[in-house]
Amino acid sequence: MPLPRLIPCLDVAGGRVVKGVRFAGLRDVGDPVELGAAYSSAGADELVFLDVEATLHERRTILDVVTRIAGRLAIPFTVGGGVRTAADGAALLGAGADKVSVNSAALARPALIGELAELLGSQAVVVAIDASAGRVRTRAGTQDAEREAVPWAQEAAERGAGEILLTSIDADGTRAGYDLELTSAVADAVPVPVIASGGAGGARHVADALACAQAALLASILHEDPARLTSLRAELRAMGIPLRDAI
Amino acid sequence: MRVAVCDYGAGNIRSVLAAFVRLGADPSATLDPEAVAAADLAVLPGVGAAGTAMTRLRARGLDEALRKRVAGGGATLGICLGLQLALEESEEDGGVPGLDLLPGRAVRLREGRVPRIGWAPVEPGGEAFYFAHSYAAETPAATGHSEGFVAEARAGSFVGVQFHPEKSGGAGSRFLARCLSRV
Repeated sequence: MPLPRLIPCLDVAGGRVVKGVRFAGLRDVGDPVELGAAYSSAGADELVFLDVEATLHERRTILDVVTRIAGRLAIPFTVGGGVRTAADGAALLGAGADKVSVNSAALARPALIGELAELLGSQAVVVAIDASAGRVRTRAGTQDAEREAVPWAQEAAERGAGEILLTSIDADGTRAGYDLELTSAVADAVPVPVIASGGAGGARHVADALACAQAALLASILHEDPARLTSLRAELRAMGIPLRDAI
Repeated sequence: MRVAVCDYGAGNIRSVLAAFVRLGADPSATLDPEAVAAADLAVLPGVGAAGTAMTRLRARGLDEALRKRVAGGGATLGICLGLQLALEESEEDGGVPGLDLLPGRAVRLREGRVPRIGWAPVEPGGEAFYFAHSYAAETPAATGHSEGFVAEARAGSFVGVQFHPEKSGGAGSRFLARCLSRV
């Protein structure tokens, strides 16, 4: 198996990295290209950029941001938010993204996963699943999707997803650790790589997640601070996690 | 240094162009067989399905342009699907004839999680590169391996790599710089 991956996640709106998306105000915390480059220098294995507004007006903005990121970064990155058709995915890859992630749009129309895989290849298609108490939530976690997480992950992989990005809504933001039970259940059920997300408070949590999943998404634990990624990598290496030498 | 990157609609060539720009080369995306013939280095990138990719290469005459270029000793680099297309055939889609620049065939990965995605050490050297693939080459021309899979293969002036040097950070950049230095 390839080495375990650490994947910082950046929320983007209006061409800027923002914070506090679950609340009323979005706070500007920097330029996605500069912050992405700083994480890359700090040893990120990949990056995820989530377009949290993803309105029609925003599409042009995110494509411009993706083009700038691709010109600067020499590591892979995924873009999520607002992908509703295979053509949306192709536009993001054409702008320089390596993968696209889909969530609610795939729940609303599961055939989208196969259409994306057919056009872009499975390795470029990430299906993001938000789960609470084993059930899938949709529309940024606000609605029950009337599906169980494990069978939905299996169906997504069968339809052509190349990776599953699994977020535990219950654990998200608690900093009390990833939902290892859910992560293990999904990872055991699908043949594709799984990225664990939600709940990281410290290196021990990330190490535990990497024992179940192939990658760990890092969001609030980093506080948009690349130096925290450097220290986290050092702590994980001290625990014997075989991270790559990022030189 | 002119680098012709075959732009036949098989995935993310912007990152390949950007990687060569960062190295001070002069890359361009092209579908013109003459540009492929004239470049100092030709690059066959690619992600996605082998059958579609071969159809597109043939439609533009790029298959012949690449064969002639390699036969004439022109430096040529295949990346990911570009390595698999260089083989005699791929077992994808029930069997797809390749460019026959390298002996051997591309076969579906049958162990581990597929797609195989992530950074893995490449021997010799031991540096980690980024992989994202569901098929791998089986070839006697292999010159590098990663976890038992062919990571690099060479025949004459053709070099094919299964990993993505344009996505492999410093290690990838150094690999591409070596490709340019050999031209």
